[in-house]
Amino acid sequence: MNAAGMLIVVVIVVVTALAFDFTNGFHDTANAMAPSIATGALSPRAAVAIAGVLNLVGAFLSVEVARTISSGLVDEARITPVVIFAGLVGAILWNLTTWFLGLPSSSSHALFGGLIGAVLVAAGPEAVHAGTVVTKVVVPAVVSPVLAGLVALSATYLAYWITTRADPVTAHRGFRAGQVVSASTVALAHGANDAQKTMGVITLALITAGVLAPDAGPPLWVIVSAGLAIAAGSYVGGWRIIRTLGRRVSDLERTQGFAADTTSAAVILTSTHLGIPLSTTQVCTGSIFGAAAGRRLHVVRWRVAGQVALAWTATLPAAAVVGAAASFVATRGPEGVVAVAVCGSALAAGIWFAARRNPVSAVNVNDLPEPPGPDRTLTAP
Amino acid sequence: MSVDWGSLGIVTVVGAATALTVVTLVALAVVGLSDRPDGSSATGRAVAGLCLLAVGVIAGYGLYVIAA
Repeated sequence: MNAAGMLIVVVIVVVTALAFDFTNGFHDTANAMAPSIATGALSPRAAVAIAGVLNLVGAFLSVEVARTISSGLVDEARITPVVIFAGLVGAILWNLTTWFLGLPSSSSHALFGGLIGAVLVAAGPEAVHAGTVVTKVVVPAVVSPVLAGLVALSATYLAYWITTRADPVTAHRGFRAGQVVSASTVALAHGANDAQKTMGVITLALITAGVLAPDAGPPLWVIVSAGLAIAAGSYVGGWRIIRTLGRRVSDLERTQGFAADTTSAAVILTSTHLGIPLSTTQVCTGSIFGAAAGRRLHVVRWRVAGQVALAWTATLPAAAVVGAAASFVATRGPEGVVAVAVCGSALAAGIWFAARRNPVSAVNVNDLPEPPGPDRTLTAP
Repeated sequence: MSVDWGSLGIVTVVGAATALTVVTLVALAVVGLSDRPDGSSATGRAVAGLCLLAVGVIAGYGLYVIAA
């Protein structure tokens, strides 16, 4: 590929990486803020504003770019800017699909899946480390929501038990304040972790294209743009997923919201500190289900849990399929990259416009569709 | 192929202990600050203050972990 072609590819990769960062932000706003919005601890607009600001602040807290953007799942020596681009396309389209369906799925797993599919096509199956996929994706994906769910269940039960005779107004205010603090902590941690991924992706693309030296860190414009993209995405708010986690799982009370957010913050910070790759989405989702079950087991809508589990199971293979298809076309040359960019943009726009037929926003995020029932006008005496 | 069960175990124990401790402390603070028929006691407010101070220390350490 000549210099001009490489420059076009690098520009497309950077724009695509920032688009992924944006979807990551709006997809994951629900992790931190869904319980606060559902319980009324924060208004929807205030919640996404706080999430946006704290994600931006988090992006600047650490500039230590991960040494590997794929966590060893694939042979990184085989990764080229075109492969990164194809992987990003797979991740973005899967993120948009699950957002459209209102299902919380891991943006990191979508990125890994996209990269795995792209590398499979570009470099063959030997470039994918199947064992690492099991140990770093599959096992944590099973363990983290169960762990978070059990802790949140215990914490919720404990909170209700201790405050049985407490003044309801004081309990309401106390848990509201606690929920705001713990949700903010989750948002800050999210910015610190997830904005790093995009910084790493862009930096690696610039290094492989020869724009940056091999040991270079992210330039300031990369840090700023990644922080702004994830903050903007958080502020836009993935309202469909916020509705699912906040309203469709169960009718959360503030005690439960506080227990869920505190559990999420504790587990995410502990795993970050120890370098264990747990998905923020899966931890937060597990916490919300656990907190819901901690009040009464039967008030949890387990059908929603089944839908979420299905989305988690499908994330890696689905993003891999799209990443593989994108890689197949994009590796044909600069024309292929442009074709994938155009097709990917068209599909993303199609999902966006389809979502507008049944919009969920700050105004109606806490409204649930009416359950099906008899038409009262027909049964009137 | 080996799963780092040791680290996962530490995450389980430390995460659970931290979450349960913070929730317990805030719940105790709520009880301490609750109005009683004979008026909220000074002891209750003092206990609540200590609990919230401890929560503040834990939250501060959490922020340190994010930034470090």
